[in-house]
Amino acid sequence: MENLVYIALFAPFAGSLFSALFAMNPKQTFVGIVASSLLFTSFIASAMLAYHVSTTGNPIHVTMMEWISAGDLFIPFGFIVDQVSVTMMVVVTLVSTVVHVYSIGYMDHDKSFNRFFSYLSAFVFSMMILVMSDNFAGLFIGWEGVGVCSWLLIGFWYHKADKTREENPSISPSWAANEAFIVNRIADLGMLIGIFILYWNTGSLQYDVVFAALPDLSGSVLNAAAIFLFIGAMGKSAQFPLHTWLTDAMEGPTPVSALIHAATMVTAGVFLVIRANPLFGMDEVAGVSMFIASLGTFVAFYAASMALIERDLKRIIAYSTLSQLGYMFAAAGLGAYWIALFHLAAHAFFKALLFLGAGNVMHAMDGELDIFKMGGLKKVMRGTWIYMGIASIALAGLPIFAGFYSKDAIIETAFNEGTYIIWFMLVLTAGMTAFYSFRQVFLSFHGEERYKPLGFHPHEMYKYVLIAMSPLALLAISAGWFMDDYKAFIYGLLPHYEMSEHTHHIAWLLGTIVVIVALSGIALAYIKYARKGANAFKRDYEKEKTFIYKLLKNQYYVPVAYEMFITKPYAMISEHMWKDVDMKIVDSTVDGIANFIYKSGDSARKMQTGNLSNYLNWMAIGSVILLVIAAISAMLV
Amino acid sequence: MIGLSHYLTLSAILFSIGLVGVLRRRNLLMLFFATEVMLNAVNIAFAAISHYYNDLTGQMFAFFIIAIAASEVAVGLGLLIVLYKKYGSLDLDDLATMKG
Repeated sequence: MENLVYIALFAPFAGSLFSALFAMNPKQTFVGIVASSLLFTSFIASAMLAYHVSTTGNPIHVTMMEWISAGDLFIPFGFIVDQVSVTMMVVVTLVSTVVHVYSIGYMDHDKSFNRFFSYLSAFVFSMMILVMSDNFAGLFIGWEGVGVCSWLLIGFWYHKADKTREENPSISPSWAANEAFIVNRIADLGMLIGIFILYWNTGSLQYDVVFAALPDLSGSVLNAAAIFLFIGAMGKSAQFPLHTWLTDAMEGPTPVSALIHAATMVTAGVFLVIRANPLFGMDEVAGVSMFIASLGTFVAFYAASMALIERDLKRIIAYSTLSQLGYMFAAAGLGAYWIALFHLAAHAFFKALLFLGAGNVMHAMDGELDIFKMGGLKKVMRGTWIYMGIASIALAGLPIFAGFYSKDAIIETAFNEGTYIIWFMLVLTAGMTAFYSFRQVFLSFHGEERYKPLGFHPHEMYKYVLIAMSPLALLAISAGWFMDDYKAFIYGLLPHYEMSEHTHHIAWLLGTIVVIVALSGIALAYIKYARKGANAFKRDYEKEKTFIYKLLKNQYYVPVAYEMFITKPYAMISEHMWKDVDMKIVDSTVDGIANFIYKSGDSARKMQTGNLSNYLNWMAIGSVILLVIAAISAMLV
Repeated sequence: MIGLSHYLTLSAILFSIGLVGVLRRRNLLMLFFATEVMLNAVNIAFAAISHYYNDLTGQMFAFFIIAIAASEVAVGLGLLIVLYKKYGSLDLDDLATMKG
């Protein structure tokens, strides 16, 4: 079993190193194939571990080696495979395998094909460390590794020039990469402080030791630790106000977006909250948990509202991720950790599918992402249309599909907890989700063929890419069917959460409400965007001038506000510090010392007359001075 | 009665004469003489103090100094002759070739 753990963990790493060997070479298809098959190996190992954990119910705990051992500080490189981490491992490796195979087709024409696979596998490896570590230090290493790899991948096309915010809201890949990295760094500071607080008060970083010591800690310490850890989670999972990087991260290649959104990055924050559930579930930190739930609900609604009018295909999907992460945090904040984890897994499948479908569309439309310029694509891209349809239905939460079970459970939880405002907002958001996801499907695949006058010649993606996507499609349909089995499995580790009798009785009603809201969203989208002929969709320029449209289009002016109130003042302060403090004080001090030495050397040079007699005089003067000093010091002693 | 202090005074006077010679003279040969004077001033002090303390070490040292001074003069005078043959002068002001 121990070997399986190492295979699952290090196979992606081996793939990354292997690809890195050929990073400077032009495209070599076998690099992609090797990286993908190593990832598949990792997936098989994870699945076997999952089978082992589910049959025996025992977690596998291995300690690979001692890492830091200094004084009282002892941190081993240990890994734990329990119900939570094995769920993440299976989801991460499955989605990543599909994304790897997909990338072989998608990155076909890219000259940095080999380098891409090296980064991609390293990304997965970091995430595996993050989820498998048995202590906070290992989690943090994975956390940072994910940050670095996301920076490399978002900025993969770093050579693209900066544009204005009006032309491209993300400005440029390198700008977006820096934004993602810096925003995450800010949140990581919070996370690090949280880890320090836990270490100071419990004397260990091992999960089991820390969680066992929690009941002895004071309420303020627990609250501080929970708040700071959650700040870290907010950054990685792109919760308001640290959310702007996620949509800008769309500048990366589409497989990267799929990976970031479904498997290897944004789920880390939710994972942290679930992993630290003994902390977040305590009565003392109920306030923090309530805040998490409220913030999650707010983000769910906030992101969905921006998705309503967005025209960029990938950004719509990015907003939907933000929104769904909000759902997960709402569930976790309300104490239903296993439901949050279940939604995380289900979401990973259909979100990866959505992104890969969007990648197909982008590939077909020569990089064009504006859905107003598409329409009627289902004729030429039937496979992609089916996949996107399945994923959108799952996202909208219609019965039988995966999203229905997990999202419905979250909404039911909100009702069960008596937090009706959260419940109402989540139901409303579910309707908006259905609307914008089908708006996107209808605008790109149905209606008039608006792309024809623009001279696009779309074509379907390679067959093997479509086949590779099929596991995700199957899971997007069926993942919800296994909810009860999964519940029995995950109850081995996570706290039980059951609906009350009352909620149980009216569950059908709650479910029906959600479905009706979702269906009406879809119907509205159909009426507005899917029809042809006289009723066909036309751009409404009047509406685009309204305040609300502009507010949503500019993301509530949050990026602009950040630029005005944070970036620009910061740049001003930096320039001030550079010109006034650094140049005038620091530099001039250093220059002054150097100048003094130059000048004194220059004047002392005059002693060197070359005349022995002068030297002897100087020597005598020196001896006299030394004698005087010796005499004075002798007298003083 | 001539005591230790007389010898030490004599030694100090001789040393000062030698020092002034070293500092003021320009001729290398004269510098040699001046250093010899200084060395012998120290020898006088050594011998006198040695006698005063009834300890032969000082007198031994004086002999060493005489021996070393003799060999130094032998080598030094040889160098001076070469120098004179080369430059035709022993004046230090003319020999300042290493001005910085």
